[in-house]
Amino acid sequence: MSYQKIKDLDYSVLQQCMHCGMCLPTCPTYESTKRERHSPRGRIALLRAVADGDLEVGQELADEMNYCLGCLACTTACPAGVDYTTMFETARAEFEAVPEIGTPRRKLLRFLILNKIFLHPRRLHLVGRLLRIYQTSGLDVWVRKLKLPHLLGRSVAQLEPMTPRMSLVFSDQAIREWEHPPEGIEVRGKVGLLSGCVQSIAFSNVNRDTVDVLLFNGWSVFTPRAQACCGSIHAHNGAPKLAKQTGKNLMSQFAKEFDSLDAIISNAGGCGSHLKHFESLLESEPARKWDKKVKDIHQFLTERGFKKPAGGNSIKAGVLTYHESCHLCHGQRIKNAPREVLNSLPGWEMVEMANSDACCGSAGIYNILQPEESARVLDRKLKSITATGAQCVVTSNPGCHLQIQNGLTAAGSAVQVDQPVSLLARAYRNSQQQ
Amino acid sequence: MAFNIAAFEKIVGTDQVITQKVDLIPYGFDGTAELRQLPAAVVFPATTSEVALCVKEAGRQNIPIVTRGSGTGLSGGSVPLEGSLVICLLRLDQILDLDIRNLTIRVQPGVITKDIDAAAMVCGLFYPPDPGSMKISTIGGNVAENSGGLRGLKYGVTRDYVMGLEIVLANGEIARVGNACVKDVAGYSLKDLFIGSEGTLGIITEILLKLVPRPSARKTMLATFSSMEAAAEAVSAIIAARIIPCTLEFIDQVTLRCVEDYCNIGLPVQAAAVLLIETDGHPSAVDDEAAAMQKICEEHGANEVKVAGNQAEADKLASARRQAFSSLARVRPTTILEDVTVPRSKLAEMVGFINETARKYQLKVGTFGHMGDGNLHPTFLTDEKDHEEMKCVHQALSEIVDKTISLGGTITGEHGVGLAKKEFLNRQLDESSYGLLKLVKKSLDPHNRLNPGKIFDLP
Repeated sequence: MSYQKIKDLDYSVLQQCMHCGMCLPTCPTYESTKRERHSPRGRIALLRAVADGDLEVGQELADEMNYCLGCLACTTACPAGVDYTTMFETARAEFEAVPEIGTPRRKLLRFLILNKIFLHPRRLHLVGRLLRIYQTSGLDVWVRKLKLPHLLGRSVAQLEPMTPRMSLVFSDQAIREWEHPPEGIEVRGKVGLLSGCVQSIAFSNVNRDTVDVLLFNGWSVFTPRAQACCGSIHAHNGAPKLAKQTGKNLMSQFAKEFDSLDAIISNAGGCGSHLKHFESLLESEPARKWDKKVKDIHQFLTERGFKKPAGGNSIKAGVLTYHESCHLCHGQRIKNAPREVLNSLPGWEMVEMANSDACCGSAGIYNILQPEESARVLDRKLKSITATGAQCVVTSNPGCHLQIQNGLTAAGSAVQVDQPVSLLARAYRNSQQQ
Repeated sequence: MAFNIAAFEKIVGTDQVITQKVDLIPYGFDGTAELRQLPAAVVFPATTSEVALCVKEAGRQNIPIVTRGSGTGLSGGSVPLEGSLVICLLRLDQILDLDIRNLTIRVQPGVITKDIDAAAMVCGLFYPPDPGSMKISTIGGNVAENSGGLRGLKYGVTRDYVMGLEIVLANGEIARVGNACVKDVAGYSLKDLFIGSEGTLGIITEILLKLVPRPSARKTMLATFSSMEAAAEAVSAIIAARIIPCTLEFIDQVTLRCVEDYCNIGLPVQAAAVLLIETDGHPSAVDDEAAAMQKICEEHGANEVKVAGNQAEADKLASARRQAFSSLARVRPTTILEDVTVPRSKLAEMVGFINETARKYQLKVGTFGHMGDGNLHPTFLTDEKDHEEMKCVHQALSEIVDKTISLGGTITGEHGVGLAKKEFLNRQLDESSYGLLKLVKKSLDPHNRLNPGKIFDLP
């Protein structure tokens, strides 16, 4: 199904939309423009017009589908269960295959990101190491002071501050291939850990925290070395062939232990959403089994039960608020589990922000390809965060984490960004020290 | 037809007029199934005077006008006509004044319905009409269609809250009808003429709405019955006991099973009818009424009555009714939502007839709706690509309409006539009142420019 065209889609997928409009108030681009073509039902109408032969595929239509963040908020709001994800990915793939469509800048960026960086874990690690040297040497400060990025053009100047801060050690150094619960903790079973691509180099601490939380709850953790990108970035950006390739690679890395694992844990909302849908991509029996085994970390903890961290005076009390990653709440429909984890934390008061399930504008590589709309969407998110008065905003996706962090830093805000699993790991460590 | 776009661009600005196919296709429909037609252009005025200028210009160019808000209507009221100009009012989206001494709110037509109640809530006030699309529907559309909602029995419908209107007439003149006075008998009640006029008599550009104090307490219960008749009897007994619940909703067995298939929340799928009942008001009155209603349901053959102890339980009980439409809508590709309405005492008979008709034509029809006010939502689950089945759907619908009328009911309780119910209207109305509609239209819009061909055809 992955390399078909809009016209080949089962027509009932397009027809399922009854254009009731319930998706409109949840759509970030409709919120920005109040124009129907920038809304889910408008885009579906355009795709239906293509299927009906009333509209030609061209630059306008490609622009429209690229303007969509793919946040999937519409799929949660939809009363009729429209499969927008399939439509969206099919449309993007079809339009990317048309040579006349796209600007040189967009094509180059997309090519570099999809084909060069995210396809090869070792290449990504190399980029990560170079960035780390650049950042830790203080070179970055001088480059910015001298406004060197501006010499390379506006887009580089915009992109440079968005580069994630690299972790001092990457996941493979921070986590051994196999780790087992310490003495005194009863072993409940084995799980695999998806360490992710960006997560591995920019958020290896989150991976470490995830492993610690799992160990503390009695799970042995298997983390294959130099894991490949899961392919979610490729699937969402119209490169289904590459998505298939990366998906297969990743599955093979877990193959030798697969049967003995109780679950395969993802701690990034965006990846998890894609990782649970390998069957529709690869159409194979192993993929079907794989889909069943992949669990979001919060989902796994709440389904299997997790230890509530003991309270203590040493824990800093404060207010926190939760930003839901789109592909965790809309893609995977996981809303309560992360809150359950957060509510178990001693010393923190949880205050809900308005529209916690609205996109932050990161949306995979959207913030690189569509910086202006991304900034508008981010601005609305920052307002919601600030209105809560929280000292800490938590989220469970590297893209959201970076986007919000960059936004807060640029706004001069003191609000910290963190992840639920990291706060839980810290609470466990604190409780052990007492 | 020659269409001078530049004249409209001059009024609203070049970026507020769209004419390209890729921009227009998403304006070719509203929330109604099967209806689709591209307009010639869509304009987005920002002020009443821009609306008036657009109407005058359309008059000069002899172009029909279709007014639109969020396009969520369910009778085709805002579906464009060929060659028409769509005037979309979403940019008139300001709440102009909230008057807590007179309990009124003055708004522009593009304000989202839910935002009006949210603004009222801040001051402890309440805007009760709650159409199913309130998260995105505009108040202008609600007034034009006289929308209902779940609270009709106790709180009435949109009409009951409209105190005054500003209207751009067919000739481009601006009229103000009604005012902030509770009592006002100066001349005909012209505002009532425009409420529910479906965009055929004028364009509403400002609305003065009445607000009421917000009830401080609410209690929710769910009762299951083994027959629709028993449920209807229980409802009649509740009202005979001089209790007016704020919510009295039912779902039938087909709907119940679809909800259970989709949500897996352990609903009693053997039940023939489930009632969701809510009472609101002063806390002590609410407790008394809830206890009385529970007793009445039990005395009238309820298999089970669950009363919510807190908000979380209330939400859980209400979820079956809340999920009704979405559970039905995902069964088949095309969902046709109807809104025939009968006097409350005839409701069980009407539901029975709908089920028989569905069986006769081998159609899947789930029925849910507002038991308190007799407003039913028979929902046809079908596929518009299956022409044979669609013929049966239309035949079944026609029979349901005839039965509704024979029971003293109405072909539409809250969605409006628009295009979808046009062919049925003269079955319900007698010749002179049907003629009266056309007479009104001809006097107010002699050139038949505003939403022509909606509600009825003029020769």
